[in-house]
Amino acid sequence: MELQTLTYLVVGLTFAIYIGIAVWARAGSTSDFYVAGGGVPPVMNGMATAADWMSAASFISMAGLISNMGYGGGLFLMGWTGGYVLMAMLLAPYLRKFGKFTVPSFVAERFYSNGASAVAVVCLLTMSITYIIGQMTGVGVTFARFLGVTNEMGIYIGMAIVFAYAVFGGMKGITYTQVAQYIVLISAYTIPAVFISFQLTGNPIPQLGLGSGLSGQDISMLARLDQVVTDLGFGKYTTTTAGSTLNMFVYTISLMIGTAGLPHVIIRFFTVPTVAAARSSAGWALVFIAILYTTAPAVAAMARLNLHSTINSAAKSGGDMYAADASLVHAERPDWMKRWETTGLLKWQDKNNDGRIQYYNDKTKNQAVLDKAAAAGWAGSELTVNADIIVLANPEIALLPNWVIALVAAGGVAAALSTAAGLLLAISSAFSHDLLKKIWMPNLSEKGELRAGKIAMACAIVVAGWLGLNPPGFAAGTVALAFGIAASSIFPVLMMGIFNKKMNKEGAIAGMIAGISITLFYVFAHKGIFFIKGTDFLGLIGGANSFFGITPEAFGTIGALTNFLVAYVVSKFTPECPEHIQHLVEDVRTPRGSKIIGGAH
Amino acid sequence: MDTSGKAYWHAVLKLIGVHLFIWALVSYGFGIVFAPALNNIHLGGYPLGFWFAHQGSMYIFIALIFVFAKLMGNLDKKFNVNEQ
Repeated sequence: MELQTLTYLVVGLTFAIYIGIAVWARAGSTSDFYVAGGGVPPVMNGMATAADWMSAASFISMAGLISNMGYGGGLFLMGWTGGYVLMAMLLAPYLRKFGKFTVPSFVAERFYSNGASAVAVVCLLTMSITYIIGQMTGVGVTFARFLGVTNEMGIYIGMAIVFAYAVFGGMKGITYTQVAQYIVLISAYTIPAVFISFQLTGNPIPQLGLGSGLSGQDISMLARLDQVVTDLGFGKYTTTTAGSTLNMFVYTISLMIGTAGLPHVIIRFFTVPTVAAARSSAGWALVFIAILYTTAPAVAAMARLNLHSTINSAAKSGGDMYAADASLVHAERPDWMKRWETTGLLKWQDKNNDGRIQYYNDKTKNQAVLDKAAAAGWAGSELTVNADIIVLANPEIALLPNWVIALVAAGGVAAALSTAAGLLLAISSAFSHDLLKKIWMPNLSEKGELRAGKIAMACAIVVAGWLGLNPPGFAAGTVALAFGIAASSIFPVLMMGIFNKKMNKEGAIAGMIAGISITLFYVFAHKGIFFIKGTDFLGLIGGANSFFGITPEAFGTIGALTNFLVAYVVSKFTPECPEHIQHLVEDVRTPRGSKIIGGAH
Repeated sequence: MDTSGKAYWHAVLKLIGVHLFIWALVSYGFGIVFAPALNNIHLGGYPLGFWFAHQGSMYIFIALIFVFAKLMGNLDKKFNVNEQ
């Protein structure tokens, strides 16, 4: 069957399954809509949480970035899984005992102040919008390839579909639909990886294949990859760090504590039946997340090797890549390259007019590489490959059967839609419930609240889509910025709320404002004010990454430290936290007496 | 035995401390700071530091959460603060 037809068929089929399950689950019972974890076994709940969590950034973008970055890309792997350890130990059980449904309502009660809650809502909205920009970037890539249109067109179509999906979002929040989404997503990710791992190394398990020898050769996969990329002037795959070691260190911290501060993930642990279950359900979620996350580095490295060996026939065998006939003749390029050229995310420019594709690092400082390239008549690297296409193109690069390619498209769509819709719902409830209803307009009717929520959703998607046309980075990089914002604002206030019973409202408010302000200042200096192109002000802070070489994506850690420090100092000079709140905190620390959280807010 | 809330909280903090130490050691220690040194050792085709950053730390994270949940459950029972 034609690839395009097959793709429509598989994507259509998966949607039919989601809708079918939603209808079936709805008919079963409407009452446990909110208490998703209540009647659901912890393992299923873990899968659903994993589906909620793994977005376009994890599915589409992350392996591509790791593929480009090499060893340094490990910060995404450690960062986005290590946060669950923090969640299970430091936050989930206590927030569950506290018995509130959302982060702003926890903040409102623990810090006995609507002001603190309003600041938390603003932090949450800033974070969610940034997160959605990253999702829209991923949605654009998926739809562009899937429908064979340009990237911009892909974003416009994606915006419309995400909006419809979120507004009529009956599918969201029903655990079994998410379980189905997880299964589609994880099969779409692992099946091609198994194929490719087997092709390259003879070992079908990607996690082991990555550490195995190349089939028919006496060299390990990673050693060959190291050799190929260094020969072409790129950094050595297994050792290149992301910027400095310090930057990689704080980047990882930022992602970890950002994960533990993400409101739409935390909320899943509010609804588990007991405090003890809150501890272990984070473990189950991580098991299912790790299936994708431990496969990702294999996908990354193998895609990189396959890409190089497609362009250069000497790459896999270890021959001379600068030989005259090693580079691929453009007219003979495989079909997948033609398909991706229509999206504009893969570009070729024949700089030396030889009709062949040369792909290497022409900005390398290694003179030997530049000399070899010059001697071979290469006039600069001729191929640009957007990092976000790697995962979607991966099965095509490895020439896998069409049904695998179609399955990956379905997985990409599922990942992008589910998380984008979840975030839009979080935005709408934060705006209409926590901000409008609770603080500004207490008399708002339920209908008005719902309408305000939908308007907030529409605004968020238009803004995110528009900014997604000129994204501040690749999908995973943009999402990392969102984590930095969560790290600098939400995580510290939750931590201090539980572990420092003397922390008062003045400290919490000052901390959040200081943390998020300094982070946004640094991020906007690099990426433009509210990510609008051309409004960056790098001169003011003395050039890019001027703070000890730390990149804006990694700056959340500094924001969090600022938050803790400011909060501590301010709390020392302001009236002490009232007695009854201190007792409340002590009560939260022991599991006994936890209540089932039921119904609405 | 002191079964007061204070003693329980101290025991909890100690348990968290031990687990967070291992958490930091495998990721920030083996995966980042000591990675260059560990890369001299090989685990199959994997340089060891690279393995910790791209694989190992994630497996250890999972184990940590389940062990912690189990030990906390024991602690809750010992101090008689578990859910009934």
